[in-house]
Amino acid sequence: MSVTDPNEPAPLYAAREPIFPRRVKGNFRTFKWVLMAVMLGIYYLTPWIRWDRGPALPDQAVLIDLANRRFFFFMIEIWPHEFYFVAGLLIMAGLGLFLFTSALGRVWCGYACPQTVWTDLFILVERWVEGDRNARIRLLRQKWDGEKIRKRTTKWTLWLLIGLATGGAWVFYFTDAPTLMVDLVTGQAHPVAYTTMAILTLTTFAFGGFAREQICIYACPWPRIQAAMMDEDTITIAYREWRGEPRGKLKKGEMDPAQGDCIDCMACVNVCPMGIDIRNGQQLECITCGLCIDACNEMMDKVGKPRGLIDYLALKDEAMERAGGHPTKVWKHIFRVRTMIYFGLWSAIGVGLVVALFLRSPIDFNVTPARDPLYVQLSDGAIRNIYTLRLRNKQGEPTEFRITVTSAAPGAEGLRLSLEGQSADTVTVPADETLTQRLYIEAPAGSAPATADRIDIRLWVADTSSTDRVSADTVFNGKAN
Amino acid sequence: MSKKPTIQKEVQTTGHEWDGIEEFNNPLPRWWLWTFYATVVWGVGYSIAYPAWPLINEATPGILGHSTRADVAAEIERYAAANAPIEAKLVAADLNQIAADPELASFTMNAGRAVFGTWCAQCHGAGAGGNVGYPNLLDNDWLWGGTMEDIHLTISHGIRNTDDPDARYSEMPRFGADGLLEKEQIDQVVQFVRQLSGQDHDAAAATEGAVVYADNCAACHMEDGTGDRFQGAPNLTDPIWLYGGDVASLTESVTNARFGVMPNWNTRLSEAEIRAVTAYVHSLGGGE
Repeated sequence: MSVTDPNEPAPLYAAREPIFPRRVKGNFRTFKWVLMAVMLGIYYLTPWIRWDRGPALPDQAVLIDLANRRFFFFMIEIWPHEFYFVAGLLIMAGLGLFLFTSALGRVWCGYACPQTVWTDLFILVERWVEGDRNARIRLLRQKWDGEKIRKRTTKWTLWLLIGLATGGAWVFYFTDAPTLMVDLVTGQAHPVAYTTMAILTLTTFAFGGFAREQICIYACPWPRIQAAMMDEDTITIAYREWRGEPRGKLKKGEMDPAQGDCIDCMACVNVCPMGIDIRNGQQLECITCGLCIDACNEMMDKVGKPRGLIDYLALKDEAMERAGGHPTKVWKHIFRVRTMIYFGLWSAIGVGLVVALFLRSPIDFNVTPARDPLYVQLSDGAIRNIYTLRLRNKQGEPTEFRITVTSAAPGAEGLRLSLEGQSADTVTVPADETLTQRLYIEAPAGSAPATADRIDIRLWVADTSSTDRVSADTVFNGKAN
Repeated sequence: MSKKPTIQKEVQTTGHEWDGIEEFNNPLPRWWLWTFYATVVWGVGYSIAYPAWPLINEATPGILGHSTRADVAAEIERYAAANAPIEAKLVAADLNQIAADPELASFTMNAGRAVFGTWCAQCHGAGAGGNVGYPNLLDNDWLWGGTMEDIHLTISHGIRNTDDPDARYSEMPRFGADGLLEKEQIDQVVQFVRQLSGQDHDAAAATEGAVVYADNCAACHMEDGTGDRFQGAPNLTDPIWLYGGDVASLTESVTNARFGVMPNWNTRLSEAEIRAVTAYVHSLGGGE
C-alpha cells in the first residue's frame, strides 16, 4: 500500500485495489454458510411451492400477478386496493433495519444483504476454481497462458450460470413457474422475461464478480445512513487495541513481556472481503461480517492466547475495559430505550397488519352515488338516485350477491331498489373479478325521502350462499322544494 | 493508538475543517470515470440516433426516424386493428342480445361511455342528466321512444336536422306568433296543460282551455295528453318538462313553439360507435 507524499497533489482517480479474501473457519463463517444456504434456498425455491386455491385462481404459493393485479402469498390474496399491506410491510422492513442497526450495527450488511450473500457465493466459486488467496494473487500476476485462460473462463462461466439462475428465479415470481420454465426452454416466453433475465444475469455477474465492495462503498446509501442509527451501545466489530498493542511478530521461543497480544499476522486483513484493516477501528467500509473475528480467534488459539482480540463490542465497553472493568452483558446493550422504541413501532405495525388481515371482510364492495345529476325524476313523479356499485368477488367461484337498502329516515320503507340489467335484486360476480353494477333507488312520488333534501341510507350486500353480509353508508337525495 | 498500524491509507485532507472534523480528499474510483466517459459516448450516440439538436423550425430528426406523433398514430392503429373483430361482432349483433355476451357487453359499455363523453356530453351533460331543451336520458320518459331500435334510429339520423332526409321530423305550429290562437286562448290552454300534469291551475280557465286543447293540440299530444312518440310530441301529463312546466315556459312553448334539433351521427360515427353509444344510453336507467 503506497503512502502518498503529503506535499504531492493527490491523484483525482484511483484504480480499484483487488481484494483476495482468504478462506477462514470459525463460528461466524459457519453461521454465514448456513444463512446463505437458507436464504438462497428460499429465493430459488419459493416460486415452485404450489398452493391450491380452486380452479379459477393460480396454484402458485407466492405469485405477483401484475397482469391481473393480484398478489398471492399462500392463503393471502392481496388486491390493488389493499396495497397498504405492502406499504405496511415496507415500513416494517425499514423499521426492522433501524432496530437491527441500532442493536447490532451493520448486521444486515454483513449477513443478509443480497450483495454480501451473492459476493460470498461468487468468492466461494472463485476459490474453488482458482485456489485460495495466494494462488489467486499469483494467478493475477501470471501471464495470460493456457492455465490462466482456462481458470478464468471456468470461473466466469460458473458466475454467469449463477447469474442466470438468479435472474431465472426472479421471473418465476411473476408468472406460473412450471409453465414459464417450459416456455423459457422452448423459446416461447415473453421477451420481457428474457430481457429481465438477461439484465439480472449481467448485474449479478458484474456486482458479485467484479464490483463487490465497490457497491457497498460507492453505490449503496445505507452505509452512510446507518451512522445515525448507531450509538455507544451498538454492538459492532472492534479490535481490543489496549490488549493487542504494541503489536509485534511472534518470535520463536521468546515472548517479549512488553508486547501486546497482536502478533501482526495479518489474518484479519487477509480474510476481509472489504479489504480493510479492522485494527484501524470502525470504518465506513466494514460490513461487520465477523470473518476477522474467526480469523483472529483461530490464530489466538494457535499461539495460546485468549480469544476475542477482535470481537463484537460496544463502544461503551471499550472505556470500561480500558479501565480494567468487565464489559456489560450483551442483552443490556440490546435492550435499551432506543431499540425498544424501534421494536415497539415495528411490532405495532406488524400487529396492525395481521389484525387488518384477519378483519378483512369476505365481501368487499364500495358504492358511489352519482353527483351529475343528484337525482332523476321519473314520469310517475318518483325520485330516483343512481349509484355505482363495485363488487369484488374474492372467491375462486362465481358468487351471487343480494343487495338491499335500509334507512332510519321516515318513509324509508317505501324505497325501491333495482339493478340495471338485472331482473331481481341479485347479481352474480364471476370468480376473482370486480363487477361494476349500476344501481337505482327510487322514492315514490310525494314520499318523505322524495321530498326531503337528503337522507342517510345503508346498502347491504349479502352473499346468497352464506351468511356473510356487509354494509356501506351513503345518501339519498330528494327533490326538496 | 500507541503504535501506528502497518497498513493505513494515508489520505490528504481538503484542508476544510468544521468543529474538528476534517474532510478527506479521497480519489474517485477510476471505474467511475470510465462510467462517465461511457455516458458521454452514449449521449453523443443518442443525439445522433434520436431527435435532439434544435434547429430553427424543428429539431434534427435523428437517423432512427423516431417521432412520438408517429408512435401515437401507430398505437391508435394498433388498437383499432385489435378492436376490429369485436366491432364487427357488435355491428352484426342484435342490439337486444348484446347483454347476453359478457365480453361484447363489456366492450360495448366502455366504448359507448367513451363515445358519449366525446360527442354527446356537450348537450346532454356528462352524467346524461340533460339540460333545458336537451332531454334527460336517465329517466323513463322518451320523446321518440326508448327501445334499442328507437334510440339507434335517433342517434343515427338525428332529429329535425337538414342534413339527413331520414331524420326524425315534426314541427309544432307557432300558435301565438302565427296568429292561430288568441292570447287569451293560449293562457287558457296553458292552464289546461297544468291541470293535465297535476300542477296548480285556474280551474275556470282550464275548462275553457280544454276546448282549445281538443281543437288544436289533441291531434299530436292525444286527447288525454299522453303525447305521441311517432311525432315526438311530448307527454304532457307527467312531471318531466323539456323546456319547463311553469306558466311562462308553457306560454312561450305554445306561442313560439319549440324546434329542438339533434345532428345525425351516421356521417360522423361508425356503425359500431353508434351501436355502442345506443346500448350505453339504453343502460342509463330509462331503456325500454
